[in-house]
Amino acid sequence: MTRKINLRIWRGDATDGALKNVEVEANEGEVVLDVIHRVQATQMGDLAVRWNCKAGKCGSCSMEINGKPRLACMTQVASFPEGEEITITPLRAFPVIKDLVTDVSFNYRKAMEIPAYEHPKDLAPGAARMEQVDVERSQEFRKCIECFLCQDVCHVIRDHEENKKSFAGPRFFIRIAELDMHPLDLLKNRKQKAQEEHGLGMCNITKCCTEVCPEHIRITDNAIIPMKERVVDVKYDPIRWLGTKIRKREGIV
Amino acid sequence: MATGVFSASRAKIKERTLRTDRWWVQPAITFGVLFSFIIYATLRAFENANYFAEPLISPFYSPCLSTECVPGSSLMGQPFNFTLFGSAISPALFILIFPLGFRMTCYYYRKAYYRAFWFSPPACAVAEPHEKYTGETRAPLILQNAHRWFFYAGLVFNVILTYDAILAFRNQEKQWGHVSVGTLVLLFSSFMLWMYSLSCHTCRHTIGGRLKHFSKHPIRYRLWTRISILNHSHQQFAWVSLFAVAFADIYVRQVSSGAWTNFYLF
Repeated sequence: MTRKINLRIWRGDATDGALKNVEVEANEGEVVLDVIHRVQATQMGDLAVRWNCKAGKCGSCSMEINGKPRLACMTQVASFPEGEEITITPLRAFPVIKDLVTDVSFNYRKAMEIPAYEHPKDLAPGAARMEQVDVERSQEFRKCIECFLCQDVCHVIRDHEENKKSFAGPRFFIRIAELDMHPLDLLKNRKQKAQEEHGLGMCNITKCCTEVCPEHIRITDNAIIPMKERVVDVKYDPIRWLGTKIRKREGIV
Repeated sequence: MATGVFSASRAKIKERTLRTDRWWVQPAITFGVLFSFIIYATLRAFENANYFAEPLISPFYSPCLSTECVPGSSLMGQPFNFTLFGSAISPALFILIFPLGFRMTCYYYRKAYYRAFWFSPPACAVAEPHEKYTGETRAPLILQNAHRWFFYAGLVFNVILTYDAILAFRNQEKQWGHVSVGTLVLLFSSFMLWMYSLSCHTCRHTIGGRLKHFSKHPIRYRLWTRISILNHSHQQFAWVSLFAVAFADIYVRQVSSGAWTNFYLF
């Protein structure tokens, strides 16, 4: 069944822009990205939109639909009530390039700042063996498709441009957590770096990153809060710190 | 200078949010409920009366350790004399520091009150009103890192309140083997406090979350998986335990003041 829907699409660039109204047909089962492509093909030939897989796995078509950060390819048109206008804008936490395309290079710079995994020197490449229970926590974080919706919705940088210098964002907190929970990673001070260099302490646990994650990664509960607790172990818990000095317990490096 | 979603490089959109759903409902409800609880708890803490009706004691006033506590309510003695300028200070003012500290620093409540009270942010993708934001990196919010100390204190209180619930299996003549509505109220309250504490993120971390090698600690790993299941419902336990404790206090107050009769099932 085909129906007409009304869209408001943000058109513009870094200098100026506005929401433009457009009416377009939507077929049964179509997603928002489908109707954007129809608008592009029939009414706005120069509409800029980034997309790739159309299967919710590449993370390219991140945008804001009715104010919520979402993947356009995973948002069913039918999920909106008939007659409701659908407003589509670029991600509002990043600099706009054109129309629905933003410059997400901030995230790649942050990715480079995260210290890499440090392999034990006495363990030859390929010789590492780990049990499933030791890696399953990290496997959840490996589902990340780098759509950066969590980065977009995080108010620490969305509402405070100046914090981008000192805050890595939820996507990279799960990367840090993944490495810190890695049984073989030997890097010292990963927890302290998370707090002092990557801005873990700026997160106030409002869980928006978890709410928007299309992979349903429990970013706050399984990565950020465990990292905050690990930071408490090394920075704010003198008894725990003393215990590690006396008994050389694992997990605190 | 404009910052956040109104920064020069961002898409020029004048609205603070384009959300069309009723995003303000949840923070409004949270504000209303938490604010009501704060008002009620404050009034009750200062009331310093109607907190004991043999064998029931209000969770707000247990353990009652002051020389000013009413006879029979001090099961652990009365080592303290809380007076100021000759007037008795309510023991609840000291007792409540610990459970309220536990809730104030709780990872779930942080989300709830940062959104509802401080609008930081009021809801996801709704621009917050503050010009600057430093999060939990400096005083006073850096004290949120004291959560685990309040967690340990909370466990002590859970033991005491569970003991109070067990003592409520007596009648007014201190004979065992009786169950009243008050028994069930205190039992449910202490049970929910245990569920709230055990589902806590700090508990999950302490039990096993801090380990790098689960395979080397199979018992702690199994406990961690169980606590992780509870942790999924931490938000629900936070609310239900709050209502349960408040209702337990209301119940004891009403019985103590004579407004309600503590009906015995047997």
